[in-house]
Amino acid sequence: MPPIRQIRSHTVVLPYANIDTDQIIPARFLRTTARAGLGRHLFSDWRYQSDGAAKPDFPLNQAAAQGCQILVTGRNFGCGSSREHAPWALLDYGFRAVISAGIADIFCNNALKNGLLPIVLSADEVASLLANPGLELLIDLETNRITRPDGSQLGFQIERFARYCLLNGLDELGFLRSQEPAIARFESTRA
Amino acid sequence: MFQKIWERHEVVPETPETPAVLYIDLHLLHEVTTPQAFTMLREQGLRVRRPDLTLATMDHSTPTRTEQVFGGAPIAVESAALQIAELEKNCAQAGIELFNLRSASRGIVHIVGPELGLTQPGRTVVCGDSHTSTHGAFGALAFGIGTTEVAHVLATQCLLQRRPRTYAVEVRGALSPGVTAKDMILAIIGRIGVAGGTGHVLEYRGSAVRALDMEERMTVCNMSIEAGARAGMIAPDETTFEYLANRPRAPQGAAWEQALESWRALPTDPGASFDREVHFDADSIEPMISYGTHPGMVLPIGARIPGRSDDPVFNKALAYMGFTAGAPIRDQPVNVVFIGSCTNGRLSDLRAAAQLLRGRKVAPGVQLLVVPGSQQVKRAAEAEGLDRVFIDAGGDWRESGCSMCIGMNGDTVGPGQYAVSTSNRNFEGRQGPGARTLLASPLTAAASAVRGRITDPRELLGGQS
Repeated sequence: MPPIRQIRSHTVVLPYANIDTDQIIPARFLRTTARAGLGRHLFSDWRYQSDGAAKPDFPLNQAAAQGCQILVTGRNFGCGSSREHAPWALLDYGFRAVISAGIADIFCNNALKNGLLPIVLSADEVASLLANPGLELLIDLETNRITRPDGSQLGFQIERFARYCLLNGLDELGFLRSQEPAIARFESTRA
Repeated sequence: MFQKIWERHEVVPETPETPAVLYIDLHLLHEVTTPQAFTMLREQGLRVRRPDLTLATMDHSTPTRTEQVFGGAPIAVESAALQIAELEKNCAQAGIELFNLRSASRGIVHIVGPELGLTQPGRTVVCGDSHTSTHGAFGALAFGIGTTEVAHVLATQCLLQRRPRTYAVEVRGALSPGVTAKDMILAIIGRIGVAGGTGHVLEYRGSAVRALDMEERMTVCNMSIEAGARAGMIAPDETTFEYLANRPRAPQGAAWEQALESWRALPTDPGASFDREVHFDADSIEPMISYGTHPGMVLPIGARIPGRSDDPVFNKALAYMGFTAGAPIRDQPVNVVFIGSCTNGRLSDLRAAAQLLRGRKVAPGVQLLVVPGSQQVKRAAEAEGLDRVFIDAGGDWRESGCSMCIGMNGDTVGPGQYAVSTSNRNFEGRQGPGARTLLASPLTAAASAVRGRITDPRELLGGQS
């Protein structure tokens, strides 16, 4: 995974709370054995009419949203199923960060393992971002700060080990495998 | 209890810089969230470290029509057939035991583990499925993981985890007749909210929880994730041990006695504190039903649909459901009734539904689909004639699987249709694009099938309860 340091992008806003993983990617698109190509199904039931045409009023279908890498949403984003297809679809579409006042645990873990930044801000901070779609933000993972166009900054936290891996482009599995002697010792004491 | 299990499985304790390396005793696999994990292993040239601690079944995308499972008919959904074949290939290569499509042991992953006796107190259990919380009913620490984490466990039998906080959910008193474990957990989620448990492991306690049998406890723990919780647990007791005794994969003989001793030491010590606590009075819980598009949008079946004119998200949910604030939920028309899933697809759930359907007919125009949670549940139900009850009532009786809970196998609810479902999620489109789901107990689902309208099961139970 390439290291992640900074993301500079305009935001797309989905002002709904409790966006579940069935909305992010409906289950009928999970009948795949691959990781790639899920972006076209992202938010499928909100994004497309039943005949497959784009719904013009859905934010992702608007001209201003094209190329945006930061999604801002209502609280408790990613609740529901453990499907890692949700961050895969968001990344494949082109998002690199999700900002919300709360992110569901399993989604958060899955996002971090794939290089999608799950950023939790206070309810007031998120409300101001939701009220101003299209703001250009600079997310800096090295300083744990987001800079707004007026220069004001917002601080955020990412779990320390995941952040270290993201900044250095490391795979967590490599670290786990380096624990093999401890794992073998643990197994021998329980046998 | 949570702390004891956590500490017994810490291969390397947590530090500020690094999460704990947590050992996993049982890793369950299914066809939908594992193919990419096996690919990750192949890409890195890694082997499955402990196939003996890993078990696979197929459930999410499998057909439920007998001719597609056991007959010569092809699986109607081609992409599902590919996933099934992929799991067979991956398990054969890695030496992992697999309950394949025609296996007599196959079923929904969270029903198979307990019925075999593999889910045991004190164990750590993971699966690439959020309803892994079900296994916490035995006093196991069980939680859902993503596909990358599935690869981590396959390769190392361990996970990197930060220790979650603890949350006591105490339910005092006793449930009233006609009120079930499903109603209890829906009432809990309705109160603490769909993000109320985020970052926490719930421990269900209190006299009303103690009084539940194991299948009811599984229903409660199953939906812990719908409150956003990492896991849900119930301390093991004689009910747990009685359920496990003589199960094929439970310890036997001297090992059983040894296991009992260790299991009895698991419950939380009296006076131990939790990070959070909430209390419920079981006597005041009514049959519950959902009216919106997440499992926190629930109400007692006799109540009116609430209104929040200033909340656009709430109103979007009501609009999706086609409901009006202030209207009673009771007597809303029903098109489909689904009885099954890892929440309510066990034998006692089918018995409860059959109790109301015996000698009755499903209302004209209503589709009733009954899908047992496993092939073993199916055989047990057929042995006591429950299949005849459902078929005679006008219902469809199928082979086991997740089926209409998630609609991956083609068992779906049509656009705009109302489905009373014993499953766990009423998200938009969960049961099919445009489908409108109302979550309820098997009793409420069966009563609503008979009337063709949302019905309080106590109206039909009469003297039976």
